[in-house]
Amino acid sequence: MERLPSPWGGARGPDGRRLPSSNLRSPLIKTSKPTFARGVHPSEHKELAAETPIEVLPIPPRVTIPLLQHLGAICLAKVKPREEVELGEMIAEATAPVSAPIHASISGKCERMTNVTLPNGRHVPAVPIAAAEHQPLAGPGALEEIFGGHWPLGELTSYEPDAIRAAARDAGLVGLGGAAFPTHIKLARNEKKPIDTLLLNGCECEPYLTADDRLMREYPAPIVAGAVLAGQAVGARRVLIAVEDNKPAALRTMREAAAEADVDLVELKTKYPQGGEKQLIGAAVGREVPTGGLPLDVGVVVMNVSTAAALARAVLRGGPLTHRVVSVTGGGIRRPGNLLVPIGTPYQTLIDHCGGLRDEAVRVVAGGPMMGFSLGSLEVPVTKGTSGVTVLSRHELRPAEVTPCVRCGRCVEVCPMRLVPTKLALATRADNPELARRYHIAACIECGCCAYICPARLPLVQLIRVGKVMAK
Amino acid sequence: MPQTQLPNPIQVAPSPHVAETHSTTRRMMIDVMIGLAPVLVMAVLVFHWYAVVQMGLCVLVCMVTETVCAWIRGRPTPVGDYSAAVTGVILGLSLPWSPWYVGTLASVVAIVLGKVVFGGLGYNIFNPAMVGRAFVMLSFAKELGASAYVLMGARLEILTQQTPLTVAKEAAAGVTIHENLWPLFIGQVNGSPGETSAMALLLGGLYLCLRRSAAWQIPVSMMAAGFVAAELAYWAGLTPYTATYHLLTGSFLFGAFFIATDPVTSPVTPKGHWWFGAGIGVLTIVIRVFSGYPEGVMFAVLLMNATVPLLNRWTIPRPIGGPAPAT
Repeated sequence: MERLPSPWGGARGPDGRRLPSSNLRSPLIKTSKPTFARGVHPSEHKELAAETPIEVLPIPPRVTIPLLQHLGAICLAKVKPREEVELGEMIAEATAPVSAPIHASISGKCERMTNVTLPNGRHVPAVPIAAAEHQPLAGPGALEEIFGGHWPLGELTSYEPDAIRAAARDAGLVGLGGAAFPTHIKLARNEKKPIDTLLLNGCECEPYLTADDRLMREYPAPIVAGAVLAGQAVGARRVLIAVEDNKPAALRTMREAAAEADVDLVELKTKYPQGGEKQLIGAAVGREVPTGGLPLDVGVVVMNVSTAAALARAVLRGGPLTHRVVSVTGGGIRRPGNLLVPIGTPYQTLIDHCGGLRDEAVRVVAGGPMMGFSLGSLEVPVTKGTSGVTVLSRHELRPAEVTPCVRCGRCVEVCPMRLVPTKLALATRADNPELARRYHIAACIECGCCAYICPARLPLVQLIRVGKVMAK
Repeated sequence: MPQTQLPNPIQVAPSPHVAETHSTTRRMMIDVMIGLAPVLVMAVLVFHWYAVVQMGLCVLVCMVTETVCAWIRGRPTPVGDYSAAVTGVILGLSLPWSPWYVGTLASVVAIVLGKVVFGGLGYNIFNPAMVGRAFVMLSFAKELGASAYVLMGARLEILTQQTPLTVAKEAAAGVTIHENLWPLFIGQVNGSPGETSAMALLLGGLYLCLRRSAAWQIPVSMMAAGFVAAELAYWAGLTPYTATYHLLTGSFLFGAFFIATDPVTSPVTPKGHWWFGAGIGVLTIVIRVFSGYPEGVMFAVLLMNATVPLLNRWTIPRPIGGPAPAT
């Protein structure tokens, strides 16, 4: 990125255009690194797991693979009980356009269908598989086999967009950043809404989580390869990778890898929720996604770095999405780390492998502490969208006691969508959908900045979530 | 391998699971106290025991009243959030010299009618300290008029002088008074104990704004709008003081930094802060120039407090991405 930083302070987008002044933190503080306006900066706690290299989890005795791991329609099981399956075999097919097939993440024998409760509270059918003796992707070599080796960054132009999309679909690829939107839908071309920029999200703005950071540091090549392929699929003129400045090592490795391909890198000033796609597009490209719209409305497709690595594997090596890197971290874990795990592994196994819980552990969160779901059971399996497990000790948890709102306006100051959270929470409490709509409740992205900053400890975003349903 | 057991009891709650632990309501109130510290120091330096006694009385009565009200309502004592103490300090600093029962009554009214009847901290519409002050100003019109500041025969010489605003009120039309700015800046003039020293008020106010315990837009817009209004009035020959004198005299700065910025009774939107401050600034000058009162900050704040719900509604910010498309 030779155009950044600009010497006279005003932030410029990677395309050389001046960013709107709202992208600067304050008119008084000149910053050369772009970021979005408002937001918060929680204690990162990345140090817990950031220096621990990715480790391969030993094959668990049993995995339970949910038939819904994405945003969209539930899959139809293709296997019967007691059927032997091989690693990578499709066990459930997608029957709707917005869906993604699901593959066996270990070799073994299928058991009777069961039901599991996902972290978000949804009950879905699942196929348990008992591990066989012989496992193809086992031991420390598995990591190298999936992400290592040579990735031909210079010779990716021969891949056709249709072939890339088909490979993504057949591999059951979904967004690995959390929302788990089927990737082949995202990569589809739309004549009315041409895409000019493919934006790769390497922000990992949730506190604690380090899985993307580790992947960028250890295996930057497949990430860049996936970015180039995705850019080709959507017909983007430019491929851009955005990384926050709290990950200097990842910035270094990614910059080296990006230099081998025609890919730009932009260093963003660390702030939460920079990884939210609307914030990321504002910070890195300087465009505003309309409320109720998608990034493609402004000519951008956003993809997570681990999704890009999985896409490269799917297209170049034909490997389906069966494994992912998960951070197991937090002050309640004895040995925080980053693990390569088969999809369907119970959280229990991850925590056991990381030395178990400390005595002061009080809350187990699927994902990070700002937007993750707290668990009532450790039987929950890892899905394609699981980016980490954060176990919080009682010292890290938000205090429970609530005092009255004094209308200090801190929530308004930090809201990255420029909303008035206290009024939205009030409208919810008053059961007043009209008031909620007047204050633009539909624009809320539920990032939690308001509840994080509130001096009265009011459950603002928690109420607003309820209000969004009410106001629909 | 040992099977990990879930912590007992396990806590399950919606996200976010962490919070900014440095910002609490109590911390904001302590910030106001810190911001008031230079004002307190100057009040004691200029007015000696008069200031200490009046303020101590108001703080004590406010805190006792709050405790008694909480006890009557069967609520836990909220004195720990220091909001009653802040009300007491501001009330004590803003009252003229008065008999003990005036300060006491003002404190009781501030807490009971200003705050508790609305539901306590966070629910009141009007600034509690100003409610208490307005009540006694109207009830004891004779004792608390402009003459209240002048204590004939007081040992402290400054207390025997008229306040600058009273001088202005009594001046003949068309007269220009050239007063030395320095005593106004330092605070070597008669007045309510908290309002005289512009230096201390600017220092404490700057701290509040930097700590973000006060919305900086309110004092800035109040001073800017007040300055313009006063300058216009001066050129029209309606007031003997220039705009700079108006800003430095009376409780203009005290009101800008410590009364108008009460978060509970001011708007929550950034644009709302601008309009709110500007409204107080203009109304203050209007009352000073056209009404029978020499000072107008108190009524200006109370009037603008009443407009806060409307200001909030009129200044809803446009969200990033614009309003949701109509369905």
